[in-house]
Amino acid sequence: MKRRQFVQTIAAGSALGSLGLVTGCATTGGGSGAHVVVVGGGFAGATAAKYVRLFSEGAVRVTLVEPNPSFISCPISNLVLGGVKNMDDITLSYDNLQKRHGVKLVRDMVTGIDAAKRTVSLAGGGSLSYDRLIVSPGIDFMWETLPGMAKAGAKDKVLHAWKAGAQTVALRKQLEAMPDGGVYALSIPRAPYRCPPGPYERACMVAHYFKQAKPKSKVVIFDANDDIQSKKGLFMKAWDEHYKGMIEYRPKHRVTDVDAATNTLKFEFNEDFKAAVANVVPNMRAGDIALKAGLANSDNRWCGIDFLTYESAVAKNVHVIGDAIQLAQRMPKSGHMANQHGKTCAAAVVSLLMGKEPPQLPLFANTCYSFVNAEDVVHVASVHRYDAEKKTMLTVPGSGGVSSAASELEGRYAMGWARNIWADTLA
Amino acid sequence: MKRSLKLLAAGMLGLAALGAQAQLTQAKVWAAACANCHGTNGYAQPGMESLAGKDKAELVQKMMDFKSGRKPATIMHQISKGYSDEQIQDIAAYFAAQKK
Repeated sequence: MKRRQFVQTIAAGSALGSLGLVTGCATTGGGSGAHVVVVGGGFAGATAAKYVRLFSEGAVRVTLVEPNPSFISCPISNLVLGGVKNMDDITLSYDNLQKRHGVKLVRDMVTGIDAAKRTVSLAGGGSLSYDRLIVSPGIDFMWETLPGMAKAGAKDKVLHAWKAGAQTVALRKQLEAMPDGGVYALSIPRAPYRCPPGPYERACMVAHYFKQAKPKSKVVIFDANDDIQSKKGLFMKAWDEHYKGMIEYRPKHRVTDVDAATNTLKFEFNEDFKAAVANVVPNMRAGDIALKAGLANSDNRWCGIDFLTYESAVAKNVHVIGDAIQLAQRMPKSGHMANQHGKTCAAAVVSLLMGKEPPQLPLFANTCYSFVNAEDVVHVASVHRYDAEKKTMLTVPGSGGVSSAASELEGRYAMGWARNIWADTLA
Repeated sequence: MKRSLKLLAAGMLGLAALGAQAQLTQAKVWAAACANCHGTNGYAQPGMESLAGKDKAELVQKMMDFKSGRKPATIMHQISKGYSDEQIQDIAAYFAAQKK
């Protein structure tokens, strides 16, 4: 008799059924407890893995499948491009999830999900069975919208650096190698994309570096959107105060193709633009595994979910969290939000495995800090509350806002935020 | 089925343990949303204020002062306005109940 059948048998046939959960010892790995598999160890997935353990007080077994050996933070990665921080500052270990919280780490990649059998298959061979699955696939790029990027070597030359890691290092090297007087072009895709203020912060950090090392150089931002997507007034003020004549912002410039050999951007309506360093952030969608598993039911791009539980709109016992979900209004794709999805989902999953009703009023804040130079920071904050009637998350009227001005004090809070969210996610 | 009976026994022990655990209350999950900045269960990393084990009345007063604008802030005046007075009471009670 298999464990799940056994659980179902006693759940159906005994007074214990109302709890619906049979637990073994509260230690790691083995035991007979319900099993949650988490796919992807970013801000959402790692948080969910830790909080399923915390909220169930160790009663639910958790396996986290993540191909990368360590966690590399997208937040603060623009400071690596600016030469203010290095990769060590944004690289964190997964070890504490195992050591302190008893999460079983599997360094592998999930290649398929069988929601009927409740199994996932692994690239390295074999499969894992689950009682509930939490998929945190992050984003992947819609390369089909930039045909020239399919050419050999194109993706190694024109970088996105929108997933912190090797591309962050490579883009920094391109900036270092660029002669003074060169132009760095940054293209921003149409919203929604991961980290709305991220491109504008990146422009600041690259200009910060140029100001010190290559003062004749320029940053040109090509935004597919009609306007700056986040903290508009604060970024414009920073560009004027710190980088006058160095940063140029061009809205309504949608990149339709790239010639990587010549670093040339092609646009829907405008003249081609040749840069010394071209940094193209392509259109985004939910991570590959979400599409492959049929979870991206919204335009084949994002994953529809129930905001009470984060359970997929199309697959039972499968939950989706993080940047891959179809967002509620005014809910950004941010690391902070992803961490909040992870906890809300973890609470729902633990409740459901116990046969209880999940908490009925998700309520959480988003905070996003952006560096405008090495010290000064601006933020945007919002508070989001579940609306039972509309079955979605709404911002709480009167809450939220942006900084009154960039400040060094917020620069210290920004690093405090980073240390805390990293620890809350991983330690 | 013998194996299943063994499992059932193990399971019942597990259930007993689960019964003894603190409930997964709404307040606990709300408080978890503060952890991004104030640390898991309110135990903050350097650079932010720990909330674990703080006096409940003091925490509530601070949040109310942020909300009314009496206490100057960079961000908490904006976040506190997202919470009702009752929600603030519940979350403060959760943090106050953590060991210092």
